[in-house]
Amino acid sequence: MKESVKELNTAEKYVEFFRKNQPVISEGDPAYLLQLREKAIGLFEAEGFPPKKQENYRYTHLEPWFGKEFARYFRERKIAFDIDDLFSCDIPSLETRILMILNGFFYSNGQKGLTELDNGIIYGSLREATRRYPELVGQYLGKNAEMEHEPFVALNTAFAQDGIFLFVPGNQHLEHPIQIIHLLLSDTDQMVQHRNLFIAGKNSRADIIICDHTLSPHMFLTNSVTEIYAEENADVDIIRLQNEHNSSFQVTNTWINQERNARSRHSTITLHGGMVRNNLHVKLQGEGAHTEALGLFLIDKKQHVDNFTVIEHRQPHCTSHQQFKGVLDDDATGVFNGKIQVFQDAQKTEAYQSNNNILLTDTARMHTKPQLVIHADDVKCSHGATVGQLDEEALFYLRSRGISVEESRLLLMYAFANDVISRIKEPALKNRISHLVEKRLRGELSRCNCCRMQCQD
Amino acid sequence: MLLKIRDLRVSVEDKEILKGIDLEVNPGEVHAIMGPNGSGKSTLASALVGKDYFQITHGKIDYEGKNLMELSPEDRAREGIFLGFQYPVEIPGVSMVNFLRTAVNELRKYRGEEPLAAGDFLKLMREKKQIVEIDSDLTSRSVNEGFSGGEKKKNEIFQMALLNPKLAILDETDSGLDIDALRIVANGVNKLRRPDNAIIVITHYQRLLEYIIPDFVHILYKGRIVKSGDKNLAVELEKHGYDWIKQELDVEAKLSE
Amino acid sequence: MTNDQDKIIGEVTGGDYKYGFYTDIDTELFPKGLNEGIIRNLSAKKEEPGWMTEFRLKAFRHWQTMKMPDWAYLKIPEINYQDIIYYAAPRKKSRYESLNEVDPDLLETFNKLGIPLEEQKQLAGVAVDAVMDSISVKTTFQETLAELGIIFCSFSEAVKNHPDLVKKYMGSVVPYTDNYFAALNSAVFSDGSFCYIPKGVRCPMELSTYFRINAANTGQFERTLIVAEDDSYVSYLEGCTAPMRDENQLHAAIVEIIAMENAEVKYSTVQNWYPGDKEGKGGIYNFVTKRGLCKGDHSKISWTQVETGSAITWKYPSCILKGDYSVGEFYSVAVTNNHQQADTGTKMIHIGKNSRSTIISKGISAGKSNNSYRGLVKVLKSAENARNFSQCDSLLLGDRCGAHTFPYLEVDNRSAVVEHEATTSKIGEDQIFYCNQRGIDTETAIGLIVNGYAREVLNKLPMEFAVEAQKLLQISLEGSVG
Repeated sequence: MKESVKELNTAEKYVEFFRKNQPVISEGDPAYLLQLREKAIGLFEAEGFPPKKQENYRYTHLEPWFGKEFARYFRERKIAFDIDDLFSCDIPSLETRILMILNGFFYSNGQKGLTELDNGIIYGSLREATRRYPELVGQYLGKNAEMEHEPFVALNTAFAQDGIFLFVPGNQHLEHPIQIIHLLLSDTDQMVQHRNLFIAGKNSRADIIICDHTLSPHMFLTNSVTEIYAEENADVDIIRLQNEHNSSFQVTNTWINQERNARSRHSTITLHGGMVRNNLHVKLQGEGAHTEALGLFLIDKKQHVDNFTVIEHRQPHCTSHQQFKGVLDDDATGVFNGKIQVFQDAQKTEAYQSNNNILLTDTARMHTKPQLVIHADDVKCSHGATVGQLDEEALFYLRSRGISVEESRLLLMYAFANDVISRIKEPALKNRISHLVEKRLRGELSRCNCCRMQCQD
Repeated sequence: MLLKIRDLRVSVEDKEILKGIDLEVNPGEVHAIMGPNGSGKSTLASALVGKDYFQITHGKIDYEGKNLMELSPEDRAREGIFLGFQYPVEIPGVSMVNFLRTAVNELRKYRGEEPLAAGDFLKLMREKKQIVEIDSDLTSRSVNEGFSGGEKKKNEIFQMALLNPKLAILDETDSGLDIDALRIVANGVNKLRRPDNAIIVITHYQRLLEYIIPDFVHILYKGRIVKSGDKNLAVELEKHGYDWIKQELDVEAKLSE
Repeated sequence: MTNDQDKIIGEVTGGDYKYGFYTDIDTELFPKGLNEGIIRNLSAKKEEPGWMTEFRLKAFRHWQTMKMPDWAYLKIPEINYQDIIYYAAPRKKSRYESLNEVDPDLLETFNKLGIPLEEQKQLAGVAVDAVMDSISVKTTFQETLAELGIIFCSFSEAVKNHPDLVKKYMGSVVPYTDNYFAALNSAVFSDGSFCYIPKGVRCPMELSTYFRINAANTGQFERTLIVAEDDSYVSYLEGCTAPMRDENQLHAAIVEIIAMENAEVKYSTVQNWYPGDKEGKGGIYNFVTKRGLCKGDHSKISWTQVETGSAITWKYPSCILKGDYSVGEFYSVAVTNNHQQADTGTKMIHIGKNSRSTIISKGISAGKSNNSYRGLVKVLKSAENARNFSQCDSLLLGDRCGAHTFPYLEVDNRSAVVEHEATTSKIGEDQIFYCNQRGIDTETAIGLIVNGYAREVLNKLPMEFAVEAQKLLQISLEGSVG
């Protein structure tokens, strides 16, 4: 006889899983974190996953990915491996402080969980920071990333165990960029939900590089949240390099909150990934704040990349600049969904957005939806979007100078991508990314970079 | 007297640009106002036509016995004050014909006259076009849109001809003009010169004044008229350059310390 | 043209909604509410054949399974569909054979609206189908057109006299399943216009439908069907007004166009339904589905709209570009003032090879209104070398209004080139000052500048309409300058 119990849908399964494992999930949580998780699971339960064709997820239906079978762990698993054997992320001549996240947990590699410098800068494991600095972390954690109508943020908030914490006090500068290497390496298909929290105090500066990599051929699903606070006049630069294999599915949720005259730049370079959804949400909370959001993806096979951005101009005299570009080969699908939102009285806003895409095959598809939502009149806002091919005239011009068709196409594609790359300010990193993009365009980057495993796509 | 300015002080965003200007203009006169960049020439022009970005903090402007400061920009225009803009703005989609007809008829309405019928207006336009040798094509285009620098300036003088002002202020009408266009523009202005109107020519260079001979020349420097004279003052200025004025003034300033 | 300009400026001083009067005329009304009985009665009233009654009932049953669309950037108050009268018609005769039979009050109404129904008084070269509430009152120039084989009549007449054509094409572009309002219209549509241009005929005059809502508590649901056979051409105009009332009234129409090989259809609308008062009370809810099918190769459909009325507008005149080398165009000026809301735009679906589309949209927001452009450009795999260019500009007058742009670009073919550009700006203060300096006051200057801003679109309108549209733009924005 079959049980007549109603089958749970995917969202309900997550809620049930949370309730069953709550003691482990919340073990050792300070009070504020306990409350935050409770609120998060409640909101997630109320909302569920975005239904098919919901405006914000019109071209990427995520629920099926979350319905697949994945192992989920709430404690760090000891995986024996030699990092140097598997991975080398060398950006020549760029001195960085490397922090690693392995399967969602801070990977100390024998070092301390939290590094505290004399000038007050703190970085390391978020899990440890929530316990050691409950007041500081409690003041920021979950205060920027909204959970209402944001089920992926809510889900992460309920489950997240660890990630990177970075605190730069007022008037301090990070001497070297922090490089966060997020590695996925497992003996089974696995889901990971880590969380990062970066706080840049008044007049401070921080450069952060985030690299996403897969090191084993298993299926991975990542749902990460990164909350960033740029206090008055702070300057934050984040570059995210995504390079995961084709069986990896990734949802990133990045929330940037900027106070008066704060500046931020967020660049996402997607070289590989099975299914990638990047949510970027920037709130310009103080007058004179400025943000740049840049994105570049180069995708092929059946890869799917969806860049979703919201830039909220909440105060007068803020400026924003968005530039997203995509090159699509084979059966790849690309999505750009960008919104500029100007609040009432946010006068003298200047907001600009552009999205350009090149389709290389008849089977590649691009959906773009740039949006302006404007509630103030003294503003300069514009957006432009194009989907097309390489400029035939330019191609002909190059060929007429004796350059082969293939090389001409490469040159033009590279030039197309370079608009985004050229905005990366650190020269060594710019060169490195430029090199990677070129390799990717030449088809020499057929597996994820830096990985020494010979797994095939 | 047509225009009488007394101790006019004008600020922009709390910075004082004009620091006490006195000027009297009678019908039939042509006044040239010269001065180095940043001396306040365009500020004076803008203040006279009522651009509210320029705040009048002190002084009086009397125009035909009326307090000019109480009039809105459009009423100043209707009272016969015309500004030939240094940088005429483009208004896409609005045809020159439509724009000018509206302007002419607003002026007529103000004077209690009947609006001009379409035919009469077109006739008037054709007539005035000749004054500045303007292409017929130009008037069928949108206001200043896609006009070259020279065309824009010619277009300003053409409008002056059409609106027939009592006081015309020409703000750097010569800038950006080649020698032929300069001659055409100057000839146009001369044709419009009459005993019952007055012209204030604002310019950086003397060359325009070779064509439009002024009755008076004033030199504006650091927000004040520092020297006035007849047309020979302009010639002298051309010969010695603005440094001459600056030196002279700075010496004076030192002496008075 | 300049003469007209004169008139415009003269009339601007008039202000306010001019068409807000109500004609007290003997009207036959159905009871409020919607059910199968009402639909059967309506169909019987119109002496419709069985297939038409069936079509209505199918649509109604489907409508009951649907929900109102909620994706638009609109705040739509709940609508009680049982509180609406679905049939209202001036009594006396259902159809007038000659003008002498027409109720003088009715004639007077249309005269007041500037639509004289006496042919000799009309603008030469415009044939009019005048629709009041649920029925077509009079179609002019029918005989003249018939000589060329052109059918121009009310939809009801077409059902009776040309059932094969209606059966063949009705619902072929907008099926009743298409969306909530299309289903509702398919169930309860009362009248509208039908137009058929035979092969090789260029229609010598503008065809025009004038819609008037008169009775209270009624909805207006008209339906227009235009079929243009191979190598034919027609230019079609549509105008609409309604009395000023405190309650909202619903208008849900369907327009279907079919253009065969090498045919061209121009469809122009000046939409001036009552927008509600300054506090946002009353006004028409304008929920309209308009779609053209470029069925044949080298066919062309061009939509031009000037939208100034309605409390809420939900409208996306679209083109399905099925024929190779077919062309779709959308030119729109949408003005919102006070508390008006508009979510309007287009869909260009590229199926045929070398199909091309152009979208020019000019939004103007004032007062506390919200004005959105929403447009889809979809290039299917089959649409080799498809081209689209979209330009969507918004102009804001005042700091309490909203201007929004939501383009959707979906491209499945690499040989396609799709470009979208949008800008948002306020009216240029230096432009206003330049006009001021030439003696033009600020309100007139804004009128000039706004008309200039909309010029690209206004130029696409037939002459008679262009003049009216310019007037409307100016009137709609009255009082929007602080």
